[in-house]
Amino acid sequence: MAHDHEAGKKLALKTILILGAITITEVLVALTGKGYIISGFHLAEAILAIIMIAMSAYKAYLIVFEFMHMRHEVKGLRFSVLLPMLLLVWAVIAFFSEGNHWLHNRDQIIQKNEQVPAVETIKPVGD
Amino acid sequence: MAETISSTEVVEQDNNLWSGGKPPMKASYGKLMMWYFLLSDAFTFAGFLIGYGALRFSMPNWPVPEKVFNKFPFTGEANLPLIFVTFMTFVLLASSFTMMRAVQEGHNENRKGVINWMLLTIIGGFTFLGCQAWEWTTLIAKEYTSIHVNPFGRMTEDGIFLNADGSEGEAFEAGYSYLIHNINAHEGGHGEEATADHGEAAVSHSHPGDYPDALIDEDGYIHRKFKVTSGVDAGQVKSAPFGPKAFGALFFFITGFHGFHVFSGVLFLTIILINVISGIYVARKNGYEMVEKIGLYWHFVDLVWVFVFLVYYLL
Repeated sequence: MAHDHEAGKKLALKTILILGAITITEVLVALTGKGYIISGFHLAEAILAIIMIAMSAYKAYLIVFEFMHMRHEVKGLRFSVLLPMLLLVWAVIAFFSEGNHWLHNRDQIIQKNEQVPAVETIKPVGD
Repeated sequence: MAETISSTEVVEQDNNLWSGGKPPMKASYGKLMMWYFLLSDAFTFAGFLIGYGALRFSMPNWPVPEKVFNKFPFTGEANLPLIFVTFMTFVLLASSFTMMRAVQEGHNENRKGVINWMLLTIIGGFTFLGCQAWEWTTLIAKEYTSIHVNPFGRMTEDGIFLNADGSEGEAFEAGYSYLIHNINAHEGGHGEEATADHGEAAVSHSHPGDYPDALIDEDGYIHRKFKVTSGVDAGQVKSAPFGPKAFGALFFFITGFHGFHVFSGVLFLTIILINVISGIYVARKNGYEMVEKIGLYWHFVDLVWVFVFLVYYLL
């Protein structure tokens, strides 16, 4: 038991150090990719997004499996909590494609909005 | 706990799982239900964040996060993108670490250890809440953001800002980030200097009205005027519009809901800490399972923040 305890202490320290390192890397990559650190240097938004999401997913894995001890739970519990999360994959695809659709049909949306009484407080100048 | 189930009991359990008496997933009822509560809570947060993503994708003038969240306490107007939220992330991660240590000390039946690590966790929670309060105060009181009005936006056309005498000034391209200042914000004293990164002109008017370089509305927001140089509206003079309304509402709602989780977490931690001090869990002899349950909740709050940090600040 005492041995387990020492191993647990080590694991906690190791996990928090990895999490901290990933967070620092994330922020550095975000700021570099957006041109804050090396002037004039930009990364494509899609590449940046994939790197960020991958690193955050790994952070989430560490928190759930080490901090929340999911690694030591039985299979049934692990799957009954984690599998439903797969539903979110579809939610992400469906809603993001919907958002994209709105973006490309803004003219139509603006036209529709103008048919009902406007609630804008700022009148465009020069119209 | 696996070690409390003797081998004969395991056999019996296999033969007759429905007879009750033994937890089916080797986790107590309370722990299991905490997991399922967290699962449902994860869906709630996922709903908010996915809704945020869909709305953000749908608007070309959505503000750029590192231009909005670039303030740090005691540094005035210095441009420090994302540094403060990174600090907040570290606070929450550190409190998760101290929570894990508290749970481990609990397994070891070390009451003193549990008390110390839980105290540190509570301090971490309060620090995070304080940071969030500061962030909200900056947005609401200094930058005049509300759930109805979002002064942060991005240009969707190329253009040239107009000067006070009506002449053409600084040029900008589509995608340019700006903050619509409020004349009331300047009464605090430090004038119109700095924040050049947001493209602030030294607009010197202090009363609502229509000026050659800006339109100041009834609420004091300074909409800088610019001449469009690209697209179908080229040649027209426009005043900078507010950014997407949903930005403020979503920000305050999502971070507020997360902050509410942190706050209730701190409350529960405090209650359980009082119980630990009183010695209730020593008598229960179950390895401080209550500490383990609140620990699950606390780690979950940290987990949610990983995703709020990702979609609200990093991307």
